[in-house]
Amino acid sequence: MNADGRAGAPRRASLFRDARRRFARDRLATAGLIVLLLLGSSAAAAPFLARFAPNQVDLSHLDSPPSTAHWFGTDDLGRDEFSRALYAGRVSLSIGILSAVVAAIVGTTVGASAGYYGGLVEGALMRATDVVLSIPPLPLVIVLSAVVKPSPELLILVIAGIGWMGTARLVRGAFLTIRESEYVEAARAIGAGSVRVILRHALPNSLAPVIVAATLAVGNAIITESVLSFLGVGIQPPTASWGNMLHNAESTMATKPWLSIFPGLFILFSVLSVNALGDGLRDALDVRMKE
Amino acid sequence: MTVFVLKRLLGTIPLMVGVSIIVFAILQGIPGGPLAVYLDNPFITAKDLALLRHQFGLDQPLYVQYLTWLGAYASGTWGVSYSSGEPVAKLIATRVPATLLLMGMSFAVATLFSIASGVYSAVRQYSAFDYGVTVFSFLGISMPVFWFGLMLQLLLAVHLGWLPVAGFGTAGRWTDILRHLIMPTMVLSLFTAGRWSRFTRAAVLEVLNQDYIRTARAKGLAERTVIFRHALRTSLIPVVTIMALDLAGLFSGAVVTETVFAWPGMGSLLIQSISNVDYPMLLAILMLSSFAVILSNLLADVLYGLLDPRVVYR
Repeated sequence: MNADGRAGAPRRASLFRDARRRFARDRLATAGLIVLLLLGSSAAAAPFLARFAPNQVDLSHLDSPPSTAHWFGTDDLGRDEFSRALYAGRVSLSIGILSAVVAAIVGTTVGASAGYYGGLVEGALMRATDVVLSIPPLPLVIVLSAVVKPSPELLILVIAGIGWMGTARLVRGAFLTIRESEYVEAARAIGAGSVRVILRHALPNSLAPVIVAATLAVGNAIITESVLSFLGVGIQPPTASWGNMLHNAESTMATKPWLSIFPGLFILFSVLSVNALGDGLRDALDVRMKE
Repeated sequence: MTVFVLKRLLGTIPLMVGVSIIVFAILQGIPGGPLAVYLDNPFITAKDLALLRHQFGLDQPLYVQYLTWLGAYASGTWGVSYSSGEPVAKLIATRVPATLLLMGMSFAVATLFSIASGVYSAVRQYSAFDYGVTVFSFLGISMPVFWFGLMLQLLLAVHLGWLPVAGFGTAGRWTDILRHLIMPTMVLSLFTAGRWSRFTRAAVLEVLNQDYIRTARAKGLAERTVIFRHALRTSLIPVVTIMALDLAGLFSGAVVTETVFAWPGMGSLLIQSISNVDYPMLLAILMLSSFAVILSNLLADVLYGLLDPRVVYR
């Protein structure tokens, strides 16, 4: 049982303890986690780190290139790009994370109901999943955002709306196997109801792939938010998000390149680190790895 | 085989109906509903609106409206563009070739790159080349497409002046169009190239561990024969399937790419229609691209059956 192969008293091995050990050995994934924590904490600590308010207009410093006072330069209203990028991180990261969480909850609920109850419920839910899967995701969110003109909270729901189907399929698959397992039969035999079987037995045993899918979904959600805001149908100014900072920068890219370089780097690094984390979690948690 | 294809074809009908229900629901969600276009017109009074509502059958129950709308859609009546007054179908038709050109080119580039790099890095696992491809793929799947486009424009067009910043070029002059096509193709193929390359590498690695590969090597076949005749053919089956399934994602990417590069295709039409609040156009593009996705998924299914002799048609 011991990973290092020593003989001795069998240690209690849990999925998460094994996973933590494998994860710690994965340097790329650890680096991803560290970068993500750095980005997250600098966004959270924006009021302390930023030397300017994100929407503070400074008419004496319009369009200045990066300098010691303004690390990332200023925009056409003299707003400090570094401060805006930090505050934008709060918006972009929290929308990314929350949409992935909502998508995971919706996907798990749909997949669990389909897998557990089977029959008509399963047929209806999985056909609905197929239907949403057959609409190109980005055009769908673009049209939805154009119609509902979302607040940040609604935007989370809109982005989650195109991200739950993969999880639903995963969870349904896991439930189909678990439903037939002996421990579920045993639980039923001692009188456990459906809700108890689902919450207590089936869900914990199908959690690992959901965690991995949700982590990778954060990267997608960050990109989707940035695309929507870049196109002008996501987060509306003056609130800064990495996407809408690029929306403003595009037209003046040739003369003021700093405005378009920095926000994009923030998006790239956050998505890179989330994907590295997700890959690491997949390797660490995936049951197929344990053969 | 024919029965199998026909069965799958029938299976797409509920999907298409489902998509149309979602699109119809979005239409209902538009402020002002189907009559939104008349709301801003000062010459149309509330009485006229009520009359229009009756004439268009909008006072009928919702399911009657849906069936009428679906019937009109099925017979090719897709409505008139709010912004230009021309039939939606005609406007879309003028945009299809540019999108097909961009998507086709990107598909070809991504396929060539991902199969070549995926196979080579699997054969030379843990080599410097393999490491490089892995890093590239990882960057590719994490890159915000539109920002990559902006950075390419900044570098290759603004600073180096090698390529035109944006646009389609002069119609009919192929070298000019190709020059305009280079950057959009790089941008659109990046994500898929990265994704497919990872996928190909994993698929080839899995096949290389199979017993029949060991047998082929044990027979004394040249490594080249083992890779190309024995391993490649099997490992490409799932790769071909994922390529067909990813066409939906490729279209999503095309929307962004076309917007960044002012490429006159369906994607930039979609974004223009949003600024013009042109709902009939938006819904038609959504319907059309969804049907294209459903058909490409069907194609993936059929291809899988054709390529893999283990698949039994039932």
